[in-house]
Amino acid sequence: MNITYFLTILVSGLKLGSIYAIVAIGYSIVYGILRLINFAHGDIMTIGVYLILVFMNTMGLPLFVCVLLSVALSVGVGLLIERLAYRPLRDATEETTLISSLAVSALLQNVLQIIFSAQRKPFLLPKSISTPMQVGMFKLSVINIATYVVTAVFLVLLYALLKKTKIGAAMRACSENMRAARLMGVNVNRVVMFAFFIGSAMAVVAGLLLAGEYKTVYPSLGFVPGLKAFCAAVVGGIGSLGGAVTGAFVIGVAEILFQGLMPTTMTAYRDAFVFLLMVAVLLLRPNGLFGKNEGGRS
Amino acid sequence: MKDMGLRKRAVALLDCSLVRFVLFVAVPFLFLVFCGLHPKSYVTGLVSTVGIYIVLASSLNLINGFSGMFSMGHAAFMAIGAYISAFLTLSESVKANECPALPDWLIHTQAPFAVALVAAGAAAALVAVLVSFTIIHTKGHYLSVVTLALIVVIRALIDNNDSITRGSRGLNGIQPLSTIPAVYLVVVVTLFVLYRTIRSAYGRGLISMRDDPVAAQTLGVNLTAKKISSFAISAFFAGLGGALWAHYLTAISGANFYFEKSFDIVEISIIGGMFSLSGAVLGAIFCTVLPEFFAPLENGLHIAGFRLPTFFGLSNIIMAALLVLLIIFHRQGIMGYSEIIVESWFSKETYTALFKKSEYGKVRSALAALFRGT
Repeated sequence: MNITYFLTILVSGLKLGSIYAIVAIGYSIVYGILRLINFAHGDIMTIGVYLILVFMNTMGLPLFVCVLLSVALSVGVGLLIERLAYRPLRDATEETTLISSLAVSALLQNVLQIIFSAQRKPFLLPKSISTPMQVGMFKLSVINIATYVVTAVFLVLLYALLKKTKIGAAMRACSENMRAARLMGVNVNRVVMFAFFIGSAMAVVAGLLLAGEYKTVYPSLGFVPGLKAFCAAVVGGIGSLGGAVTGAFVIGVAEILFQGLMPTTMTAYRDAFVFLLMVAVLLLRPNGLFGKNEGGRS
Repeated sequence: MKDMGLRKRAVALLDCSLVRFVLFVAVPFLFLVFCGLHPKSYVTGLVSTVGIYIVLASSLNLINGFSGMFSMGHAAFMAIGAYISAFLTLSESVKANECPALPDWLIHTQAPFAVALVAAGAAAALVAVLVSFTIIHTKGHYLSVVTLALIVVIRALIDNNDSITRGSRGLNGIQPLSTIPAVYLVVVVTLFVLYRTIRSAYGRGLISMRDDPVAAQTLGVNLTAKKISSFAISAFFAGLGGALWAHYLTAISGANFYFEKSFDIVEISIIGGMFSLSGAVLGAIFCTVLPEFFAPLENGLHIAGFRLPTFFGLSNIIMAALLVLLIIFHRQGIMGYSEIIVESWFSKETYTALFKKSEYGKVRSALAALFRGT
């Protein structure tokens, strides 16, 4: 096996990992605060992509503006879901909220199917940013490079937000102990809404990058990548930001390596491999590779 | 009996064994006989679906409702049952052509439906035991996620073993053996076994494990054994249900047994009430019949010469919204903890009531109270 091939695989693994990282963070911050696995998170991603498509095709706005508009609307959907389907279940068991999120996910997918039909629609980004160029020894497009940059910027911003701002401190307090945080005067509902705000906004960006990669969009686009990002968050240690990011890169690179290095008869087991990796981590290190001990997971 | 509310008076009527007999035994039985006599009609298809969903949802309730482990992996066990039963009933020549990689003995075996069903259940139960180490070491929603992973793995195995399962093209020409008598025989057997299970000392142990694992363990309940065995029993009937489903559809592929299928069964189980087998029965009826009312809307209803646009997927939306509403406002589902339907089926009083004069008197006075308003 030659080294260039290996490096190419590694680069595309890191790209996939970056996308997973942005989605996994959304899972992780919501989970950290509410202990809720929000399966509708992947569908927010899909909604965002469809909205970008609508704005691009009907109004012919520049991509950047389309993304901003889409983020604004998708965040609205995310907050609405939180208000209607999750907030009334604050005191419920974790399985109950899980079912609620799965029901919301099914609902969103079917709504998208009614509005946009189940057929795959082409999702073509402007040529100027999707044409591959020769960068050193790799072929990368502007959107590929943007994937790395956007992920890095998001991570830095999020880190600063959590460590330096008041709302960030409130979020950390809530994920440590929600009741104590409430007693200390933290407005828990606002913190939860803020978590959904960040999660949904980042999901749209991840959706854009993912659909740009697939060059197509369909109602269940985000569901399986969403589940895999969740696996990534579990592998890294859900609830912790660094854990989610590390897990995402581990899963992304492992997935691409699996596909690139295994014999072709095995490559179709790619999704199964990711899920098995998560199950293995849950069994061997229930708190993830880097998660803090929580005692409730196994 | 003075000044009871309407609801109480109606419930008093349900306390009469004779009323239970008519409502839960005689009427459904006659309806099934009617359907059995018209095997080609649309309604019969629906009734078969209801029966299969009863098997699936009630077996899911055993694990989700009674032993307190929230599994979402029923579709995986269904798939195992479906393929095993299909392999055992397909003719030798078809198997030799379509599935050349099957072991020789399986190609040459053609089993009767009953044997195929039991084998399907046993295979699913075996797989459940093999993967049970994952559910012992996880709990809460992590257990659910692990069972979701099982669906993904089984789907990958089905899709990628082309020479056995024909991959994504699927198996065709499975014999249409899921007739009304066959399906409802399985329904009655399933509910009887599950009902006896939850009413036995073993079942009490399951419930105590659900309510307080630590206390149950101190009282001598072997949690690990209970978890594995209840998971396996549930998987056995899921395999049966999957086999029935395969012989109902007659053509299956991995796509029939994916997240959506598991979600459908979880939906039925929760809407009906996952703490009750009767809930599974009502849930299966409710979730199969209700979408039929939305079907005209989905296909674009004609109103006064205008045609509404088609809303394909509308019933799914309504069912999902209903599920969220139910979880928020009435978490225990339609039946709650009541076991009235299944209890009536399997208790002697329901049937002996026919020959007791006092029972008729009881019905008469309950009816009189209902209409008089006292």
